[in-house]
Amino acid sequence: MVGTAAVSVAAANAGASAQAQSTTATIDRHSTQVSFTVNGTRRELTVDNRTTLLDALREQLALTGTKKGCDHGQCGACTVMVDGRRINSCLSLAVMHEGDEITTIEGLGTTSDMHPMQAAFVRHDGFQCGYCTPGQICSSVAVLEEIAAGIPSHVTEDLAAQMQVTDAEIRERMSGNICRCGAYANIIAAINDVAGRPA
Amino acid sequence: MRQFTYERATSAASAAAAVADNGNAKFIAGGTNLLDLMKLEIETPTHLIDVNGLGLDKIEATEKGGLKIGALVRNTDLAADERVRRDYGVLTRALVAGASGQLRNKATTAGNLLQRTRCPYFYDTNQPCNKRQPGSGCSAIGGVTRQLGIVGVSDQCIATHPSDMAVAMRALDATVETVKSDGVTRSIPIADFHRLPGDTPHIETALDQGEIITAVTLPPPVAGRHVYRKVRDRASYAFALVSVAAIVRPDGTGRVALGGVAHKPWRVEAAEADMPNGAATVMRKLLDGARTTEENEFKVTLAERTLAGILEETKG
Amino acid sequence: MRFDTPATNNPIDQMKVVGQAITRIDGPRKVTGTATYAYEWHDASLKAAYGYPVGAAIAKGRISSMDVQAARQAPGVLAVVTAESAGKLGKGSLNTATLMGGPEIQHYHQAIAVVVAETFEQARSAAQLIKVDYVEAPGAFDLAAEMENAVKPESGDPDSAAGDFGPAFEAAAVKLDERYTTPDQSHAMMEPHASLAVWNGDELTLWTSNQMIAWNRAQIAATLGMEEDKIHIMSPFIGGGFGSKLFLRSDALLAALGAKAAGRPVKLALPRPFLMNNTTHRPATIQRIRIGAGQDGRITAIGHESWSGDLPGGGPEAAVMQTRLLYAGQHRMTAMRLATLDLPEGNAMRAPGEAPGLMALEIAMDEMAEKLGIDPVEFRIINDTQVDPEKPEKQFSHRQFVECLRLGAERFGWERRNPTPGSVRDGRWLVGMGVASAFRNNLVMKSGARVRLDREGVVTVETDMTDIGTGTYTIIAQTAAEMMGLTVDKVAVNLGDTRFPVSAGSGGQWGANSSTAGVYAACVALREKIAQKLGFNSTDVTFADGEIRSGNRAISLAQAAGDDGITAEDTIEYGDVSEEKQQSTFGAHFVEVGIDAYTAEIRVRRMLGVAAAGRILNPITARSQMIGAMTMGVGGAFMEELAVDKRRGFFVNHDLAGYEVPVHADIHDQEVIFLDETDPYSSPMKAKGVGELGLCGVAAALANAVHNATGVRVRNYPVTLDKIIRDLPRIG
Ligand SMILES: Cc1cc2nc3c(=O)[nH]c(=O)nc-3n(C[C@H](O)[C@H](O)[C@H](O)COP(=O)(O)OP(=O)(O)OC[C@H]3O[C@@H](n4cnc5c(N)ncnc54)[C@H](O)[C@@H]3O)c2cc1C
Ligand code: SF4
Ligand code: FES
Ligand code: FES
Repeated sequence: MVGTAAVSVAAANAGASAQAQSTTATIDRHSTQVSFTVNGTRRELTVDNRTTLLDALREQLALTGTKKGCDHGQCGACTVMVDGRRINSCLSLAVMHEGDEITTIEGLGTTSDMHPMQAAFVRHDGFQCGYCTPGQICSSVAVLEEIAAGIPSHVTEDLAAQMQVTDAEIRERMSGNICRCGAYANIIAAINDVAGRPA
Repeated sequence: MRQFTYERATSAASAAAAVADNGNAKFIAGGTNLLDLMKLEIETPTHLIDVNGLGLDKIEATEKGGLKIGALVRNTDLAADERVRRDYGVLTRALVAGASGQLRNKATTAGNLLQRTRCPYFYDTNQPCNKRQPGSGCSAIGGVTRQLGIVGVSDQCIATHPSDMAVAMRALDATVETVKSDGVTRSIPIADFHRLPGDTPHIETALDQGEIITAVTLPPPVAGRHVYRKVRDRASYAFALVSVAAIVRPDGTGRVALGGVAHKPWRVEAAEADMPNGAATVMRKLLDGARTTEENEFKVTLAERTLAGILEETKG
Repeated sequence: MRFDTPATNNPIDQMKVVGQAITRIDGPRKVTGTATYAYEWHDASLKAAYGYPVGAAIAKGRISSMDVQAARQAPGVLAVVTAESAGKLGKGSLNTATLMGGPEIQHYHQAIAVVVAETFEQARSAAQLIKVDYVEAPGAFDLAAEMENAVKPESGDPDSAAGDFGPAFEAAAVKLDERYTTPDQSHAMMEPHASLAVWNGDELTLWTSNQMIAWNRAQIAATLGMEEDKIHIMSPFIGGGFGSKLFLRSDALLAALGAKAAGRPVKLALPRPFLMNNTTHRPATIQRIRIGAGQDGRITAIGHESWSGDLPGGGPEAAVMQTRLLYAGQHRMTAMRLATLDLPEGNAMRAPGEAPGLMALEIAMDEMAEKLGIDPVEFRIINDTQVDPEKPEKQFSHRQFVECLRLGAERFGWERRNPTPGSVRDGRWLVGMGVASAFRNNLVMKSGARVRLDREGVVTVETDMTDIGTGTYTIIAQTAAEMMGLTVDKVAVNLGDTRFPVSAGSGGQWGANSSTAGVYAACVALREKIAQKLGFNSTDVTFADGEIRSGNRAISLAQAAGDDGITAEDTIEYGDVSEEKQQSTFGAHFVEVGIDAYTAEIRVRRMLGVAAAGRILNPITARSQMIGAMTMGVGGAFMEELAVDKRRGFFVNHDLAGYEVPVHADIHDQEVIFLDETDPYSSPMKAKGVGELGLCGVAAALANAVHNATGVRVRNYPVTLDKIIRDLPRIG
């Protein structure tokens, strides 16, 4: 990051294993240039290899909509979509996202043009302090897609049948997003609303 | 997290060679366990080899009628695979009982097998732990042990292996396929893959330094009802207190493996003949020699009752 | 404005805006990720460096040596501050342990250093390079073992008595004498404590995540030896607190010290695995409850004793307080005893006192009802009181406790409960219902606000009040809108800034009522000023539809404001009226649980909370407070426990994987009913609080439901499957 020279991706790839064995490691080898797309915009940055995707978003790209609740995969506040799949951005290195398409809460909508899920969260009061909320919303959007794609969950009764959107399915699939304010019942209502199910 | 250099592996053998030559190098797959531990400096590699680009992300039918699961297949994709859902239901069930949707989207087959214990003392670098720092002592013994192991434990370590997937694989008699730096491949039966803690709790698997997992192979499907019951305090996103993977045939015979009780997925084939005689009889053999603490002794009852529920549910 | 006499009719009673279901005005920002929390002030000119804390590796003792050389020389490191290099630090009166330890160590993970570096990664890794040697001292970590050494606390009204408890209890026809325990609990709010500190000469600006910023400013001043007016604090968005952010914590201190040492703005968030031992927690309790009653179910004697522990200088968990007020009974006693424990600092967590107190008391009431063969709802109703039972001359300002129980029972279908435990089965599930009372005192706090009317006809409210998820932004906007005859979109609300008038802050469920009452006061002043400016008779004006009207004259507020606008400021202060009557909030919780007949897994099937808590200022946000609290109650009942290592003296499960709180899958149907009421004794708003009431009693209702489902009575929380599995009916 600060004070380090940019290394090209090719050089980092070719050189790293040799460098690891050399005794004259310089700081340069501990950072890497990476480029990925965030909310439709291509971003190129040099990151300390240790930088998580979460910290790259928050600290380098100033996209602080994605939250850090635990930094250890235990809360879901850092949920973003990478190539259409939700992940915990705190347990993923930025350097491992070369070429990826990343969508964060900022990419879903804005205060004046909210994504239907964001609007439903406001309508149903699916949050209180708001800190888990971006993660909940990214997960909510992804959960409906996962059900549509037929990905099974712990509560899916028949693994062979067509997956249904049910309260039980939503609850189970949303369980990787903790809300200590306890807005769960309202979040389910918001997701059902977007899914076109009676609340 | 210490500084490390990073490279993307181009072939399994060269990746294996790089790690074999460097005791401080590690593979990284989904990163969901390794990075967690690196942040706490429980793991301190100085070089990471990203194995995601190796093309090991396919699930293929084997000639023998089984499935070969690439080491980099994500837990979500494995659980959702039509063949797995149809023929290896216990595996799908175990996978979706683990972690969260987000984590399963990243977690890989190999990484899941190699995830390390959730013993809380292992996770706190201020505390002595033989697994983290050989010879330093085991803080868990005599401490908070509700989550910890009851069989196959030693005086050096009573940790459990936290994987759900591995328990199902144990019931399915899976084989772990590897490549070493010299290009030599091995097929390690899952029964021999994870080790008991003994005097060397820091040595957890049969892998050599640098040996890379390329796949997990499942034998042809085992007929019967496939069940995975994971018992935990909260309803989701929690590790198992006890889990039971079972395949039960209509005549009541079948297979049982336990999670949450030992340093490895726990199965005693000799106990399975007793399945038609009920859970209590099975557990007597399965948990023979159990060494419990006041806090985790309930796991014995829990395992038995969980199996009893499965046997009841799969009757007829 | 002094509040000396009960409120009479006032503009709030119109309820055109107040009391309406208006969605949160800060909602769009929160759902789009554009609400800015403490760690997120990215103003480029700040270029904050990163702080990372180091915590003590022992529970008690001294640092014998500390080597920070390697950390200082690590890449990117700008500064390392320890107690030694920090200079003299004071201790705020609201902290029990010092926030920066060393050489003396008072508890595990007490902060002992902060490392500041250019990047987060550099600071985190350099922090690991600090080598510390300790001399450990023996400590006390086991509350049960320390019970006999517990003493009567010097302050806080530890004992109370009325009548002659001992003989009355002995003589009672039906008696209960049981012991209950509640564990240490963690607030586990989703946003870790975080601060960004910027020095400008000797002036400190702090963006921090804190519920009570005026307190916080005083505490920083005391800790750093500064003048309060040199400190500017901002806390506009807070990612949850639940009491954990009432006080100055190490994040703010370390950021300030780090920033001073580095000569750079510094931001720091407490790492999650560090937070649970570093900050405060709800202390564990051991409680003994004795209840004596006649065969008619009337309580004749009730006694409640509680033991808890804390660091030297700390206080007790006030678990007996509700027992002084909730039920009738002529002969009574309560007592709190405090043991010295060397665990991390115990302090307030949502509904301190009542939450753990009712966890015990409401199981005891269930047990008593069972002994008496009386329905538990009925038993509570029989023992209602309309006066403070310890001081019968003092009435409650408003007490619709019985109404909560009756309405709840009816809506929940309580009559379908089978009183014989273990008799209802639904497939694999043993099903049971439980009830518990909810009770929490209503506190009022002085609170100020400034309101400004501008030429656009927009009213801007400024107060140092905080919104911790409580909906404060919205109810304050509603209050100002109602007072000024506007819609909420014509009100702007700015919170959480020490440049604004000092408010009640967020704590003790006093926030909603007190802070809106402050806004009410300021709006009354503004109405006066507007009327005066226009030459209207202020006793004869109405504010409606964006206009001020008097007789047949009507002038738009925009016009009235003129180019300069009009500003008014006032503070609501409470006189004796709040003392005259006993002010409390009431409720009842009804729950249904299922217990897996094989595995003993416990799952909640449905919950109903009924609350009588004065005027509900916004049914959406109030309901959210209730369901959130009920969810936390599920955690308290069935999973939450900071596991104490009694040899090493720390909370072992110190992260969010180890300390389980409820997830989506744990929460099924939740219903909330608010009784229609206003309490003129509470404030001009006639409102009280619900944020803590919602938690009170929930865990006991759930524990009682487990008993109804299985016949197993668990008196030690959390009620987990290992505590019931051996007593379940045999199977197979
Ligand atoms: C909060 C939380 C809850 C969780 N709950 C559960 C749960 O309930 N049940 C459960 O089963 N799991 C659970 N997990 C664990 C999760 O399943 C694992 O983290 C994940 O499976 C690891 O896979 P990975 O690909 O991310 O591994 P990595 O983190 O990438 O790697 C793990 C280890 O495997 C090594 N490795 C990776 N690939 C290879 C290879 N091909 N050959 C050789 N070595 C390799 C790495 O060097 C590393 O040592 C949980 C995790 C978290 C954070
Ligand atoms: S049980 Fe094993 S992992 Fe846990 S402290 Fe002991 S040695 Fe370490
Ligand atoms: S911050 Fe990533 S899961 Fe908590
Ligand atoms: S809204 Fe506060 S944690 Fe979910």
